[in-house]
Amino acid sequence: MTTATRPGVRARWTLIDIVVVVYALVPVLWILSLSFKTKETLTDKSFIPTEWTFQNYVDIFSTNEFPRALVNSIGIALIATLIAVVLGTMAAYAIARLDFPGKRALVGVSLLIAMFPQVSLVTPLFEVERSLGLFDTWPGLILPYITFALPLAIYTLSAFFREIPWELEKAAKMDGATPAQAFRRVIAPLAAPGVFTTAILVFIFCWNDFLFAISLTSTTASRTVPAALSFFQGSSQFEDPTGTVSAAAVVITIPIILFVLFFQRRIVAGLTSGAVKG
Amino acid sequence: MAEIILDKVTKRYPDGALAVSDVDIQIADGEFVILVGPSGCGKSTTLNMIAGLEDITSGELRIDGDRVNDRAPKDRDIAMVFQSYALYPHMSVRENMAFPLRLAKVDKKVVQQKVEEAARILDLTQHLDRKPGNLSGGQRQRVAMGRAIVRSPKAFLMDEPLSNLDAKLRVQMRTSVSKLQRRLGTTTVYVTHDQTEAMTLGDRVVVMRGGHVQQIGSPQFLYEQPVNLFVAGFIGSPSMNFLPAGLEDGRLRTPLGDFPLTDRIRRLLEGGSAPREVIMGLRPEHFEDARLVDEPGAAFTATVEVLESMGSDKYAYFAVEGEAAMAAELEELAAESGTAEMADGGSQIVSRLSAASDAREGAELSVWFDPDKIHLFDPSDGRTLTYVE
Amino acid sequence: MSGKELSEGKKAERRLGLWLCAPAALVMLAVTAYPIVYSIWLSLQRYDLRFPAERQFVWFENYVTVLTNSYWWTAFGVTSLITAVSVAIELVLGMALALVMHRTLVMKGLVRTVALIPYGIVTVVAAFSWRYAWDENTGYLTDLFGATAPLTDRAAALGIITLAEVWKTVPFMALLLMAGLALVPDDLLRAASMDGATPWQRFTKVILPVMKPAILVALLFRTLDAFRIFDNIFVLTSGAQETGSVSMQTYNNLIRGLNLGIGSTMSVLIFIAVALLAFVFVKVFGAAAPGSDDGGKR
Repeated sequence: MTTATRPGVRARWTLIDIVVVVYALVPVLWILSLSFKTKETLTDKSFIPTEWTFQNYVDIFSTNEFPRALVNSIGIALIATLIAVVLGTMAAYAIARLDFPGKRALVGVSLLIAMFPQVSLVTPLFEVERSLGLFDTWPGLILPYITFALPLAIYTLSAFFREIPWELEKAAKMDGATPAQAFRRVIAPLAAPGVFTTAILVFIFCWNDFLFAISLTSTTASRTVPAALSFFQGSSQFEDPTGTVSAAAVVITIPIILFVLFFQRRIVAGLTSGAVKG
Repeated sequence: MAEIILDKVTKRYPDGALAVSDVDIQIADGEFVILVGPSGCGKSTTLNMIAGLEDITSGELRIDGDRVNDRAPKDRDIAMVFQSYALYPHMSVRENMAFPLRLAKVDKKVVQQKVEEAARILDLTQHLDRKPGNLSGGQRQRVAMGRAIVRSPKAFLMDEPLSNLDAKLRVQMRTSVSKLQRRLGTTTVYVTHDQTEAMTLGDRVVVMRGGHVQQIGSPQFLYEQPVNLFVAGFIGSPSMNFLPAGLEDGRLRTPLGDFPLTDRIRRLLEGGSAPREVIMGLRPEHFEDARLVDEPGAAFTATVEVLESMGSDKYAYFAVEGEAAMAAELEELAAESGTAEMADGGSQIVSRLSAASDAREGAELSVWFDPDKIHLFDPSDGRTLTYVE
Repeated sequence: MSGKELSEGKKAERRLGLWLCAPAALVMLAVTAYPIVYSIWLSLQRYDLRFPAERQFVWFENYVTVLTNSYWWTAFGVTSLITAVSVAIELVLGMALALVMHRTLVMKGLVRTVALIPYGIVTVVAAFSWRYAWDENTGYLTDLFGATAPLTDRAAALGIITLAEVWKTVPFMALLLMAGLALVPDDLLRAASMDGATPWQRFTKVILPVMKPAILVALLFRTLDAFRIFDNIFVLTSGAQETGSVSMQTYNNLIRGLNLGIGSTMSVLIFIAVALLAFVFVKVFGAAAPGSDDGGKR
């Protein structure tokens, strides 16, 4: 296109792009800035710290609460992701590839769950988990995470699976492969990117949750970082927790930033794959 | 190498739809057989049943005398080339071609040697380490062929292997497929919807329609002796012209005029000589500019509507007044080719004239044709009335 | 149909399909279906964990209590207001961002990467950032706008909650819309230009109508999601100054009040409200439920 070379057009797009970048980054930079401020300069209202310190980070890692919450967050999110992706892959393969009764019902149910108001489940789950002894345990959070991640996983994965040229499976059979060989050597390598993308999306979902985390836990045994943040009191009771909360917030933002940086294409593809159908 | 026999093979889907019905085909060792027909005629289903990718509902499939209905594809020792080529995108060309040998646990050295030999035959040697995504359509097609030939299977199955190529490349590849098959001498079953491919490639052609075999024979035989309107209209390009006609006292009353039947045709019609309505078929190449012919024959005069000069010859199109020939087969053919001809009721005739003809668009032309070359069909069931036993 | 008999292969396929789906279906049903039923059962009881002895079946008494309570209706109003306003803003900004991500000629990768950050970031983290930004002691924004303690003023607080919600979800909206934009063929836009359409006309007369299904799906998703708003309010105001949403109310009754009967009643009411919203979207606007195609082979 000839318009692409006009300098004015380039400048305009650059300006627009900068607006987008500022929009997306300012709140993140602000919390980052707060986390590096010293106690004395915390209230100077400056966007950029005037005095820099790592003290807030040292502080949060020397408490009992935060490292424990971080372990809870990582462990719970990883286990929930693993299970949801395995179950989701099986179901999505069946939905994309096989003909069986109840397929539409399954798609419908998972769609319903995706739109379900999670708070409606909090009260009964609270009661059920208390009676089953799951309240304030890892499985007590992993179970609802899997449940609400499954629709996302099934939805994304079946969109990916539909893209796989299944004629390849036939070709592999003609080339002498057993069904297991066809799956392992042809289908699995092709499905892997979709599964990986789904795992990222599911992990972000679990990592992000606050409602279940704060309702279904009561101690540090299973409280995840987002929930723990709201209980932060600073290293001593009289201290303003702003600096430490900010530092903790930055720590749990790091994996998200890494995902976004390295897997931007995949995340975009994953989030848009289902919607493309229209 | 193998002989493949389909004995009353039928495919019925769970929803009751009949895809292929009582198909009997005997394919000799080393033969190149084409399954041709419009989409939905059951040709691909038939091929998939030979491959083992679809179950056979009833009937028997024998390869070299063994019933193989229940054998998995991998145990049939048959290679297949797919329309989409179905190359494994995560493997290089070399790995793609080696895949069937690897699965068969062939020794690494032998694999290497066979892949390189196949690559040489197919002129792929310099592309061996590229991924299929970086190849042109023609190269991908050759890789697909290569994957089929490396393991010297009993037979090749090809499902429209050339239909994703552009026209010029398709003609080139057609010749190389034909040469390759002759060189290897492997039994080959080839599916296409393109009658030109069918005519040029096959030792024998199987014309299918609606899950039924219409006719089996050599290309020349199908061209000269179509058993029904469908085969007559499907084989040959441009297609055979069809006109309604009346048969009476050894004469044929047609929109082009009245003509006496030739002795040969009268003999073929023996027994069916009662006055009746028929459909007359006449191929474009059996017309000629009357000015250029001395032989006796029939002639008529018509206005040239469109003239297409091909260089080697000229296609002249005439409008013919009156009702068009009507039969279920003809409607199906028209739907397939996308030509719901002549909305205003008449029909159109295509003639292929010598390049020397001085036909001009809009001008009248005296046209000759050979009345001994006509085909007559029964409009009720489409069967030919002029079949040579 | 005569062919009722299924071939062995078909039967095996059905069995495999059911087996593959069974675990996912079981987990989803166990964690949702049973609690929903249990929730309805609880909502018909007087059940306060502080007074377990008084537990008894009271039919619809809880519903009367909740539906005649002004706090509930305030929360409902706040939720509806935030949902409507934030989704409307998100649609406009999301469309703008989608156009930028789709069409920008420079730094496309950077824009797409950066725009994903609000989507990925933990909502609570973003909420804390906004809270400290508007805090009268620490916030750079309070000075910038000359405001004093905006989070303690109801209107300002609702505005900030909406802002936080919008900031976080615009990129998601934009991605859904971008998928729709990708479906508009370039040739269609060229044809429209040739037919004399201005850029604005191309947008309103060609792009928007073609994208309509994608827009409706995005709106449906976002509306139902916005209605559940909880994290931002919890961190920003804890529901003070009547800024609590229905989710906040339910949480407060459950965890702070330990009143399971009332909490369950609210759960059921929210569920009904969301179901109604979804119904309106699908029936009135004709949003096709995504994934409602057969999607199988053949």
